[in-house]
Amino acid sequence: MSNHVLVNVERVSKKYCRSLKRSLWYGVQDVSREFLGRKAHHNGLRKEEFWAVNDVSFELKRGECLGLIGPNGAGKSTLLKMLNGLVKPDKGRIEIRGKVGALIELGAGFNPILTARENIFVNGTVLGFKKREIEFKFEEIVAFSGIDKFVDTPVQNFSSGMRVRLGFAVAAMLEPHVLLIDEVLAVGDARFRMKCYEHLIKLKDKGTAIIVVSHAVNHLSRITRDCMVLNAGRNLFCGEISTAISMYEEQLLGDSLGSGDITDTSASIHSVTVFNRKGEACREFTTGETVHFEIICKSKDLIRGARLIVSVESPTLGILGSFSTPYSKFCFDVTPPEIKVKLTLPSLPLLVGTYFLNISLYGPGETDYVTRSAPATSFSILGPPTNEFGYGLSNSIAFEHAWKLVKNNPLVSCSVERNT
Amino acid sequence: MGKPKETMDRPLKETVYTPDSELLSFGRLIRNMGSDLFASRELAWRLLVRNISAQYRQSLLGYAWAFIPPILTTLIWVFLQSQRVFNIADTGMPYPVFVLSGTILWQTFTEALNSPLQMVNENKSMLTKINFPREALVLAGAGQVLFNLLIRVVLLGIIMMWFKLPLHASLLLVPVGILTLVGFGLALGLLLTPLGMLYQDVGRALGFVTQAFFFLTPIIYPVPQANWAELLIKLNPVTPLLQTTRDWLIVGEASLLPAFLLVSSISTILLLIGWLMYRIAMPHLVTRMNA
Repeated sequence: MSNHVLVNVERVSKKYCRSLKRSLWYGVQDVSREFLGRKAHHNGLRKEEFWAVNDVSFELKRGECLGLIGPNGAGKSTLLKMLNGLVKPDKGRIEIRGKVGALIELGAGFNPILTARENIFVNGTVLGFKKREIEFKFEEIVAFSGIDKFVDTPVQNFSSGMRVRLGFAVAAMLEPHVLLIDEVLAVGDARFRMKCYEHLIKLKDKGTAIIVVSHAVNHLSRITRDCMVLNAGRNLFCGEISTAISMYEEQLLGDSLGSGDITDTSASIHSVTVFNRKGEACREFTTGETVHFEIICKSKDLIRGARLIVSVESPTLGILGSFSTPYSKFCFDVTPPEIKVKLTLPSLPLLVGTYFLNISLYGPGETDYVTRSAPATSFSILGPPTNEFGYGLSNSIAFEHAWKLVKNNPLVSCSVERNT
Repeated sequence: MGKPKETMDRPLKETVYTPDSELLSFGRLIRNMGSDLFASRELAWRLLVRNISAQYRQSLLGYAWAFIPPILTTLIWVFLQSQRVFNIADTGMPYPVFVLSGTILWQTFTEALNSPLQMVNENKSMLTKINFPREALVLAGAGQVLFNLLIRVVLLGIIMMWFKLPLHASLLLVPVGILTLVGFGLALGLLLTPLGMLYQDVGRALGFVTQAFFFLTPIIYPVPQANWAELLIKLNPVTPLLQTTRDWLIVGEASLLPAFLLVSSISTILLLIGWLMYRIAMPHLVTRMNA
């Protein structure tokens, strides 16, 4: 049975050094220690070192796919580099069975002066193919990348999108047992991206175990149901992708907490509280629930004809939509010391994920900016589960919609009737 | 669900990564070195072709650049010698042939010396992103050194014919001499690569030191007789390699053969150690590289 486990990562850690000078010196130490055949000294960090990956374990079987998400510097790429054998772990053990393919950076072996044709051969060989295999797949590569008119053009004249396409097309020939993908699918146009995903799904069905790092979390759900959330090198969560995504979004949110710029200190949005239908303070909802917000604005001076502008944002997608008090013809003044405004979002059309409100207070004039809330008012939608395979709702917004079969063109339907 | 590929049902090769020194499982290390060297030939050839075809593509004079430096060096020394700026003992062959052959062989040695560090530096982005047999870079580098030498040998052949020099049977040994020269250069280069990748000081010092050694090697003058310079020059390990190869090429019999044999066996050992070091150091170097 253990034969089916292709990747086994056991309590793996890797440390890096913040300062360049020290990092180089530690490099000398590590090389000499290794060359003298001593055991690596695991324990503890040397000065200015930190754990880039800290005590991460997981297991991947044939045909499984694991997504790795986390903010910048979470250790995702370092983990992939260790899996690919580019760098050694400082602790723990990695076992990989079978041929490993990695798309860490597409076209890393490209030489700009050489033509696409020449580069296909170079890059293919770098990835471990024989000349004959490349010749055999040459047409397919050119067709996949869609650069047929530019086969004999130097790669330096390619647009960045073309380069990426060529790189992926060459790498796509790989039919490895384990495939590592780092962020490369974020590039290229939408159609090409779809093609890439289709290809990956095909590989997965053939039994390839795939590990993919991505910031485009909403695309990730196309190819995997399991996701690991990393932060500061640690494994925060490993499991169902929608939970992982909302966790990741909460983290992104946490990073921007308290970064609200308050310009006018005489007034502030003191607090925003989220309530459910029953009036209980709550931050977790399901799609379609009614959500109430209580906004407390403090001010030393009277602000006549004030406006509130609210935007609903997703940490990964940005602003989903905004609205303001004048739109609903809701007029109010901010009277010292404070006022309390209640905002209701009936039957919230948001799908599983974490969202937050960004609220700004303005005076009556277009540019009378007063203050803004720090983006602290977050809430999560926990259910119902979404479906990325075309059997339900997916992504962020639950559109209200209706279907109806409209009668066919009478002539056509007549002919059908006659035939039957 | 597609059907799993047949190849997937065979027992799969298992790779293990741990923090421990690879030297601790020495047998496996040696086996891996052998199989990686074998696996790297096609990639090395591809990289070699890539480097050679890209080398002069963005240049007007193209392959002439392979000839220009040795011709110019030779012309300068021949001119200075003809003007009696310095006195040189009998070289046993026409002076231009002596200088040209010496320069070409020396250039081959220094190119081999610099090649591992240079190849690793040029392919940093590949090293940090793709796992390929690292031996390929060294082989491709060595291939390029030999290719450049081959071009220059054509030039040397023309000059030798011009001076109507006789051909000796020892010409057949010249490739041995050249391989030893390249091997010694590579060995030193490989030993310096780990430190050189971390600290640029190594690269700078290398340029400086090779320039100094140019004058401590019998390139533009024959090995002097019975003075301190003789001792110094004979202690220079490049001297027997270069001198012997040149003797085989032009004179017919080698004057420093015992020293040649000694240095070539030492350099074989150094080459193996250098290779081991290069291999073992690479993951640590990639850890410290920013590319």
